[in-house]
Amino acid sequence: MPAVAVAAMKEAQMPLAVEYADVQGMLRFGFAKMSEACYLLLTIRDPGAARAWLRQAPVTTAEEMSPAPSTALQIGLTRQGLEHLQVPERVIAGFSLEFLSGMSADENRSRRLGDMGANAPRNWSWGAEEKVPHVVVMLFAEPGKLADWQESVKRNLWQAAFEEIACLSTSNLGGREHFGFIDGISQPQIDWQRSRTVSVNGNQLSYGNLVSIGEFVLGYPNEYNRYTERPLLDPKDPGTEDLLQAEDQPDKKDLGRNGSYVVIRQLAQDVRTFWQYQEQAARSISQTGSRVAEAMLGRAIADGAPLVPLSDVPMEGVGDVGNDAKRKLDNGLNRFTYASDPDGTRCPFGSHIRRGNPRSADLPGNPRGLIAKLIHILGFGNANLRADLTASVRFHRVLRRGREYGPGLSPEQALQSAPAGDPERGLHFVALNANIERQFEFVQNAWMAQTKFDGMTEESDPLLGNRQPVAGCPFTNTFSMPQEGKPRKRLMGVPAFVTVRGGAYFFLPGIRALKYLSSAGGK
Amino acid sequence: MMPQSNILVTAALRMDREGELRSLLESMNHRPGSVNPANSVVPFEQFAQLHFARLVILEDRTAGDLTAAYGVPQVNYPLCLAFVADFDGTADEFRADLARRAKDGLERIFSCCQGFEPRMNLAEWMKEHENASATNYINWVGRTVGQIREEDALRLALENHVQANSANFADNTAREVHAALREFVHAETNSGRLSFNPAPPTPFGWWLRNAAHLIFVPLVLLLISPFLLLYLPFFCYQLRSREQSDPVIAPRVGQADEQKLASLEDYDVTNQFTAMGSLKPGLFRRWTLVFLLWVLDWTTRHVYTRGQLARVPTIHFARWVFLNDRRRLLFASNYDSSLETYMDDFINKVGWGLNLVFSNGVGYPASRWLILDGAKDEQKFKNFLRRHELPTEVWYKAHPGLSAFDLKRNTLIRQGIERSAMSEPECRQWLSLL
Repeated sequence: MPAVAVAAMKEAQMPLAVEYADVQGMLRFGFAKMSEACYLLLTIRDPGAARAWLRQAPVTTAEEMSPAPSTALQIGLTRQGLEHLQVPERVIAGFSLEFLSGMSADENRSRRLGDMGANAPRNWSWGAEEKVPHVVVMLFAEPGKLADWQESVKRNLWQAAFEEIACLSTSNLGGREHFGFIDGISQPQIDWQRSRTVSVNGNQLSYGNLVSIGEFVLGYPNEYNRYTERPLLDPKDPGTEDLLQAEDQPDKKDLGRNGSYVVIRQLAQDVRTFWQYQEQAARSISQTGSRVAEAMLGRAIADGAPLVPLSDVPMEGVGDVGNDAKRKLDNGLNRFTYASDPDGTRCPFGSHIRRGNPRSADLPGNPRGLIAKLIHILGFGNANLRADLTASVRFHRVLRRGREYGPGLSPEQALQSAPAGDPERGLHFVALNANIERQFEFVQNAWMAQTKFDGMTEESDPLLGNRQPVAGCPFTNTFSMPQEGKPRKRLMGVPAFVTVRGGAYFFLPGIRALKYLSSAGGK
Repeated sequence: MMPQSNILVTAALRMDREGELRSLLESMNHRPGSVNPANSVVPFEQFAQLHFARLVILEDRTAGDLTAAYGVPQVNYPLCLAFVADFDGTADEFRADLARRAKDGLERIFSCCQGFEPRMNLAEWMKEHENASATNYINWVGRTVGQIREEDALRLALENHVQANSANFADNTAREVHAALREFVHAETNSGRLSFNPAPPTPFGWWLRNAAHLIFVPLVLLLISPFLLLYLPFFCYQLRSREQSDPVIAPRVGQADEQKLASLEDYDVTNQFTAMGSLKPGLFRRWTLVFLLWVLDWTTRHVYTRGQLARVPTIHFARWVFLNDRRRLLFASNYDSSLETYMDDFINKVGWGLNLVFSNGVGYPASRWLILDGAKDEQKFKNFLRRHELPTEVWYKAHPGLSAFDLKRNTLIRQGIERSAMSEPECRQWLSLL
């Protein structure tokens, strides 16, 4: 075959480039330079006015701009929001069940997410029952510019369109979260170039950080090489003209294309209890408070270095983008798996980052050769008891875009008792994913809240756990630190450090989809 | 060793008694999804040999799929009740025990079924209405409920002792700690705070049948292998031509159905799963599945007997049962963690195994060569299973809070305590279990 024809064939098979102008910017950027932010939680007062405001909203896209913008705006909608915009019922029905149900309405979901006891939706300040927001408008701005930005956004129609149920303010702690650790060190690298190929029936034998775009952006193949379910519309439906074709079903228009789901959870952090407990726990096992805290987190407090040694070999999706400094930093912080720590003696099995991302591949033990693989596929060949207990992580990644709120408190200050009127502080956890149930909910349930994670028992995530008893287990408030050749050190009576104050699932539409949603209703 | 057995009784409901049966079953729960172990109908907790039990009304909402997919006239199967139990010892002993302790309650339940009258012999009637499993899986063959309780008490006692004495143990070698813990357990046993009943001898009849089965299946396979080989090309042709045209029926379940199923889940660390569906029409699929389950049953009886089913370590008991002259298949299992993690294991760890069995069912996501694709169509597969799942009205587990891995770890702890001489590395590994 002539070379030209081969090239042409390859061209034809090349997936379409992502249209960044149709993607909301937060999927691609963290807006780090825009260190001021607030999230406005709104209900719709007047559908017509809301639609009109949404049509003209200055939504920041994922295009690279020069000069970079100094402000940004992102929009998410809940199921209630879509209903109030009077989007047709059959269109709404195409969204995922967990989005339709919402974070707070179903007791089974609350059980799975650990939203029990103090975390129960009935105690939330927003997100449950009549306090489910319809719309979230996320505003970002460079230092000193947020107030003006907010004012300009709220002009025209805003008052008529929306009622504010909450304004989630954020604070900038210089890249650290309230307990004092560097935040957001590990993020999946999205395959924007669409170069990643996954084998449907094969196994990925080593952990990698490059993840298919379809895990975060709807309308693209995911890690199963499938298109995640989303609303697909008849091209004859009014208002669908500008929507893109569905790649997998060319006779349909893709309302999900370039959109995503956003999970927002307001997590109040009890920094005083955290550090006071660390001191007390450290005394009980003769260590320092920060060492215990580091074991709970899984990274060093000073620089975020992992507690396990770095891997010698490069890892896909780790330290392979950006400038030299960025690559070096990422390689120093993320080029590792827990294969070097099978007994959890360096980084406890239950530490926050080991739970959040166990860095496991599809098949344990890295078998080479057909026979070895077959043996592993049939469930044999693992000397280590825990070798195959956790799920493969590539199906369970979320992109985190959270920001802190409330004034910072150093570990030293935290040892003082709280003054009267001590303000609440915490994290507005924001996560993006294409399949809430398989990604956010799985991580939160199977890895964070589950008291049996990785063969352990009687403990949940040391930072996020709600410490509620489960059937047959009167206590879940422990934390284990395995010791080499000795019985583990076990902390008892670990208090709850985090309380859920609110939360909701939003659809983050692509720009074309937002235009459709803000036009389709009321017709 | 005491082997485990199971029964699965099915009986058609009397049309006019369905409502009565449903409220009777409901009365056995504290609330939907949480059984009252001491309920007066079947006081499960009184059965010291019982691991798991469930009562479920087999209401197949997918019965119309055969017609939709293949134009086969729909069979209206009568609504059935299924009573499923996994226990130590023989089925005869268990049935007799049921007739002794739960006679009134079971009679009330079965009176809602066709063909049962209270004057009948309950145990015999149940036996007559039992369906044998085509494949039966037991997480750990020979581990009794009594052993589970003893081993969990041992772990808790050791755990508390180790934590209370951690300072004393800090400078000891692992062998010294092991020796000290053996002494501690010895003292606790003597004072009656811990107990270890020795495993009863393996019943000779069971042992003989098991040994015969171990040899019989491979022997038959060996004998028929020339014929299987000759048939293979035709089989491949028949299989592939069907796989290329079999329709997929895997829409998402409605929100109400989803909520109904979810309302019964995630109270304990273990959940129940009951599903049923029709086989694809024709003898090819029927006999393929009969053959496959016959082989799989050999693997679960002789290979996967120690804590995991292929790569899945979270299943306590599971079974595949043919109903209605092998035209329908019932799957019932008890698994740890939430349904989403169970599905994740199905798809990512044993997708090939799920395809092997369920691709013979109507509407299953398209598979190739019996093991490829199928479950890897993640959302369709999840939709398919959820759509075939039945709400389990009553579900009992003897050891709340304990996962299959907990049971395995506890057994390994006990085994280590029973060994007087272990090397330092062995002791270190053993200590890491605590």
